[in-house]
Parts: sequence; structure tokens; C-alpha cells
Amino acid sequence: MNRYRKFAVCLTTLVATLLFSTSAHAMHISEGILPFPWAALWSALAIPFVALGVKRLNMLAKDDLSFKPLVGLMAAVVFIISCMPVPVPTAGTCSHPCGTGIAAILVGPFVSILITAVALLIQALFLSHGGLTTWGANIVSMGVAGSFAGYFTFRCLRRMGATLGVAGFAAGIFADWATYLTTSVELASGIRGDAPFLPLFWKILIAFIPTQLPLGLLEGAMTAGMVVLLYRKRPDLLVKMKVLKAEEVAA
Amino acid sequence: MSKLIAYNSWFFAKTVKILLALTAFLFFTTSCELPATGAGKWPGVDESVVEKYAKEHGREAWTPFINTDQGDLLLFVFLLAGTVGGFAAGYSWRMLMSEKSAESSRSNKT
Repeated sequence: MNRYRKFAVCLTTLVATLLFSTSAHAMHISEGILPFPWAALWSALAIPFVALGVKRLNMLAKDDLSFKPLVGLMAAVVFIISCMPVPVPTAGTCSHPCGTGIAAILVGPFVSILITAVALLIQALFLSHGGLTTWGANIVSMGVAGSFAGYFTFRCLRRMGATLGVAGFAAGIFADWATYLTTSVELASGIRGDAPFLPLFWKILIAFIPTQLPLGLLEGAMTAGMVVLLYRKRPDLLVKMKVLKAEEVAA
Repeated sequence: MSKLIAYNSWFFAKTVKILLALTAFLFFTTSCELPATGAGKWPGVDESVVEKYAKEHGREAWTPFINTDQGDLLLFVFLLAGTVGGFAAGYSWRMLMSEKSAESSRSNKT
């Protein structure tokens, strides 16, 4: 075993020990936080998006078999990323990126919503992360708002001539921030009681900023990195998913 | 052979750099003192924001229907989920990057 290998093994052990010695922290709205009418409203809002996601997945998988491993990869990425607590030293808190930006860019916003719904369901059932009563609200914030924000940001910036990396970076940032903006709306509207909506909404949103501002940047970097990596390894896949035009790859 | 050795040392040099950066980051984050969150070290934003404001307005989180947040059980479940998720990601990545790219280059040749 050479010097580098020994050092790498020792460091990996140390890092693994540090990582697994912390308990998990989440950002989804926990079980029972929202009153029943609000929980039902957000669930009703989420159902059509999830149904459209199922329809779109079946349609695309019928046309192209290589779509399935891409969906599998994105599902695993969203699941892992959205239950991975990242410590933010500037805030002293932990939160996690969402992964919906990259999923929406590659497989489209509707399939990204479906992937998010499945990830959130597993987390709510087995990881004490989010909740079944707040599943709909969490789908709307992370799935619907995150996916559409990421998708439209990427498409708009590409139309304006931005490079893949820049467009991916911005898509990751806006997917993350849109998620927390929507969470603030859901939370403020659900818990306010007789209190006015706007002051509570701003209070919650501002409380999210110290954690989510840097995490949004991290999510942007991850999204840009993944898009650029896929461009280098499988540009044909990006053309197939209509992320790039064939002429752009040929050039 | 010499290429393989060169690649190996390049790979391990990169690994060491990444691990060093990660270790430095973890030491930095775990040794930092917190701003006034009042909820112990490194609370999640669910605790420091969502549950805090919900509690102020009379709403409290319920115990999850399947409560795995008991002792080290949650760590085990997270580890299991990470393993399954990591396997799924790696398997799909390999299918996309190795097998499908080989397939597409074969079909391009024919």
C-alpha cells in the first residue's frame, strides 16, 4: 500500500466517523404542522402535477428506453440530496439542497415532480423526515416550485445565450430558493390563525435566508457541475432530452 | 504499466486533496460556535425555523406515524437509505455512461 493510499484510507475513515456521528436534520414541513384544511388543499394541488408526471414518464419511456436509467439516476440523486444535511457555518444550522433543478433540466419538470413525490413519500414513511399529512405541501414546494423554477430559469438563460454551466448554476440556485419561498408561503398561511399573513411570511422567509442563501449557491454549483459533466460524457443524451440542439454538439 | 502507475498516483493525489478539503470543512463547521439559535448545535431548519414559528402560533409537530427517530435507529435507516440510493445512482450512471454510450457509438458506426 503506497503512501497516498494509506493517507486516503485514514482520511476516509476520519471523515466517515465525523459524518455519521451527527444526527439527521431536515427542512421539509414536519408531520402535523399544518392544520387539516391547509394540508388537504396543498395535497389537492399536488395531485394533478403528480398525475401528469406519471403520464409523461410512461409516454417518454415508451419512446426511448434510455430514458429509464436517466430517471433512475435522477430519482436516486433527488432522494439522496434531499435527505443529506449540510452544515452551514454562517448560520450554525443544517439544511439540504433539493436536487430538483438538475432533475427538471434533464427529465422535465413533470417527471421531476413525480420523482420528488416518491422521494418525499419514502422519507416521510421511513426516515421521520417530512410527513404524510404534509406530503402534498412538501411536493408543491420542493417538487412543483423547485422543478418549474429550475426548468424555466435554465430554458430562459439558454435562450438568452448563456453557457450550459451558467444556466445550470442559476437553475440550481432558483430551484432551491423557490422551494424555500414556497415553504414560507405554506407555513405562514397554515399557522397564522388570526394573525396577518404578510408579516409572518417575511419573518419566516428572513429566518431561512442565512441557511438557504449559501446552500442555494452550493446547489447551483452541483447542478452546473452535473450538466457540464453529462455534456462531456454523453452529449447525445442531452440532445435526446432536448437540453441541447444537435447543431450545438456538432459545433 | 507506467501509464497505469501515473494514473493511480494522480487519482490518489486528487482523492487526498478532496478528502483534506472535506476534513478541513468538517473541522471548521463542527468547531464553530453558533449564533443564537437556542436549539443546541447544528439544528436543522425544520427545528430552527419551521417548528419554532409553528410553536409560536400554537402548532406542534406530531410523532411520525412510523417513528424511526429513536436512538441510533435513525442512523441505521439513513445509512440503509444512503446505500440503496447510492447503489441505484451508481447502477444508473454506469448504464448511462458505459453501456449506453458504447451502444450508441456502435449504432453510429453501423
